[in-house]
This record gives sequence, C-alpha cells and structure tokens, in this order.
Amino acid sequence: MSGFFDLPSDLQHSWQGLVGLHLREALLPVLAGLLVSLPVAQLCVRFRWIYPPVLGVTTVLYAVPSLAFFVVLIDYFGQSETTVMIPLALYSLVVLIPSIVDGVRSVPPETLAAAQAMGFGPVRRYFQVQLPIAVPAIIAGLRVATVSSISLVSVGMLIGNQGALGNMLYAAQTYHRPALAVNAVLTIAALGILADAALVLVRLLLTPWMPRKGTTR
Amino acid sequence: MNVLDFARAFFSDSAHWHGYDGIPTRFAEHIRYSLEALLIAAVIALPVGLLTGHTGRGGNALALIATAGRALPSFGLLVLMFTWIGFGMLPVMIPLVVLAVPPILVTTYEAVRSVDPSPVDAARGMGMPEARVLLQVEVPVALPLILGGLRTAAIQIVSTATIAAYISFGGLGRYIIDGLYQKNYEKVVGGATLVAGLALATLAVFWAVSRLTVSPGVRRGG
Repeated sequence: MSGFFDLPSDLQHSWQGLVGLHLREALLPVLAGLLVSLPVAQLCVRFRWIYPPVLGVTTVLYAVPSLAFFVVLIDYFGQSETTVMIPLALYSLVVLIPSIVDGVRSVPPETLAAAQAMGFGPVRRYFQVQLPIAVPAIIAGLRVATVSSISLVSVGMLIGNQGALGNMLYAAQTYHRPALAVNAVLTIAALGILADAALVLVRLLLTPWMPRKGTTR
Repeated sequence: MNVLDFARAFFSDSAHWHGYDGIPTRFAEHIRYSLEALLIAAVIALPVGLLTGHTGRGGNALALIATAGRALPSFGLLVLMFTWIGFGMLPVMIPLVVLAVPPILVTTYEAVRSVDPSPVDAARGMGMPEARVLLQVEVPVALPLILGGLRTAAIQIVSTATIAAYISFGGLGRYIIDGLYQKNYEKVVGGATLVAGLALATLAVFWAVSRLTVSPGVRRGG
C-alpha cells in the first residue's frame, strides 16, 4: 500500500523534509560546539592548568545520558528542537576541545618563533599559522562529533517526536511497518557517512600543503 | 521544584531502595549489561586493532568500519533488531557492541601504530619474535591510549544501556523510560542521576586501572 519512502502523515514531513530537519538538528549543535571550543581550547593552550579541569568537566557532561539531559531541559525549553540540540552541542565539546588543543599544540615552536619574527601579532599568528596547521586535527575531531551527533538525534523521538528521522522508528512500531525502521537506520547511517566524506573533502581543500596564503581563512 | 528537589525526593523515598525495581537491583542489571557489551566489543576490537596497528596496514578499512559503526544510530538499531529478532538480550547487545567497537578499534590501532619505532626495532634486533614485540614492547607503551579507547567505549555503553529499558529490560533506564511515560519527574531525574553517577564511577575505575597497569616509565614520558 505504501512505498519505502512514503511516510505516515502524522510525521508531518516528507522523507526529504525529515532528512533536512535531521541535518539541521544534528549539524547546528556541532557548529555551536565548534564556536565554543575554539576560544576554550585557546585558553587551554595559553594557560595549561585550565586544561585538566576543562577535560574533566566535558567528560562528566559526556557521561550524562542524552535522555537525562532532555528530561531536565524540557523544564526550560519544552519538547522542542532546542531541547534536543543543547545536549548534542555539549557532547561535541568532549571531542572537539582535545582535538583542537592537540592540533594547536602540535605547531612546532620554531614555526611560531618564525611567525613572531615576521612581525605576526598574537591574533594574526593564531588565525594564519596555528589554526591552519591545526586543521587536520580539528577536522578529525569534527568528523567524530558530526557522525555521533547525526546518529544521536534519533533519541529525540522519545520526547514528543523531536527526533527527525528517529520519529520513523516510532511510526514503524505503531503502524507495524518495519520497513520504516530500516529506512530510518539506513538513512541516518548514510547521512553520517556522507557528512564524514564531506569533512574529508573540506580538509583536503583547506590543507593544500605547502600552504598557499589566503586559502585558509 | 527544580532538578535537585526531584533528585532528593527520589533518593529519600525508601520504596526505591529495595525489591525488583529497587536501586540496587537496577544498578546490578545495568552494570551486567554494560560489562557484557564491553567484553564482547573488546574481544572483537582489541585483537583486530592490535594486529592492524602492529602491521600498520588496513588503517583506511578500519576508519571506514569505525565511521559506519558510529553512523548507525544505537536507538534505531535497537528498535530495528527488536522488530527483526524479537524479545531477547541480543537486540540490546547489538547496538551496544556496535557503539563500543569504533572507539576501541580506532584508538588501539592508532596507539600501537604511534609507538616510537626505535624500541620496536631494538626489540627486533635482539631477536624477539613478532608476537613478543607486540605484546611486550608495543602494548605496554601504547597502554595509556588503549585504555583511553576502552574508557570512551565503556562510558558510551553505560549511558546508552539505558535504552535496554525501551524494550522492557531492566537497568537504570527503567526509571527514565517509566518516569517519562508516567510523567513522574522524580523517577526520571533519579534515574538520570544514577546513570551519570555510574558513568563517573567508570571514569574513576579506568583512572585506577591505568595507575596500576601503566608502567611508571611510560607514564613519565606521556
């Protein structure tokens, strides 16, 4: 009676619509996580003593199950997308901060000294020397964070159908259409793998070593 | 009422402390699921990671497997396996193992591969067979990182084992899932607190294990 991509109308979205929603719910948190991680990581590099406590806090946040987060946040944001996205953003920190710190720290001191000798101020040195050299490490972190985020969104289904493609899992059970669950799992996995491939491409574009100035921010 | 009040209410209710739905029982169940899943994942991923790391081959294939494993949604996999296989422990174990294999596999591979080559060459030069080079030189040096991978896997398993309750198993997820359906916030917050606590305890255990097993020389260097 219905094809693989035909969804029950109570999901209120077409398959393509759910894919878009899913990507938004998964990628915005990683973006937010990246924007928070960059300055925090820079602080950790500048003041070494901050790093262990920051790692501790992010690890603890990561240990809190997403479902638990959702429940606490429902109090403040209701059963909304925001409630799903905040924990995902927090989770991304545990991967992103260490990878950025490692990346920035891996810049050889001679390179930094050379940049300083060429008259680079701290800001310019950060954006034109440290950050580009750290790009491979940052992208490695982003890949893990993005793929995990894409697969985690589906848990949002449990709090009032806020799980985008994950909502199909519930529909699969209520309408006895296991094909919907297969569709959900495969689509989510495919999105994750595609996002991963896209990030690899970004890294190749951002690091055409030897560095050409201007291509990297 | 805020979160702390809910938690206090949950933990001070003596009915939550005994019986089949008591905290000790649910705790034990949760730990059992988690240990089982971690054990299976380690048995699969550790040997593969060690061998590929030792030979330095197959890194790309591993990265691909790890990405695929990460991309599969645990919760979706649970629902799917439940509809395919039906009631049983297998639908719970499959998602947990799929979740735990990528971090163990990738970190073990990276850890063994990034061991300083000079002691490895020295060991070979002294006539050590490959198996001993791996087990007596590479593994001890790579141990902190390998334990780090196992730690990540363990934490993910502990916080994800809550989904077992969705298909009517026990564990601490019982409180969260039941609480959500009963609109009983005390229960949800209590369950969430317990899971988070267990995850933190897992961190502590791994910290202790690495203090005990990592050789002092390696710790100083790292």
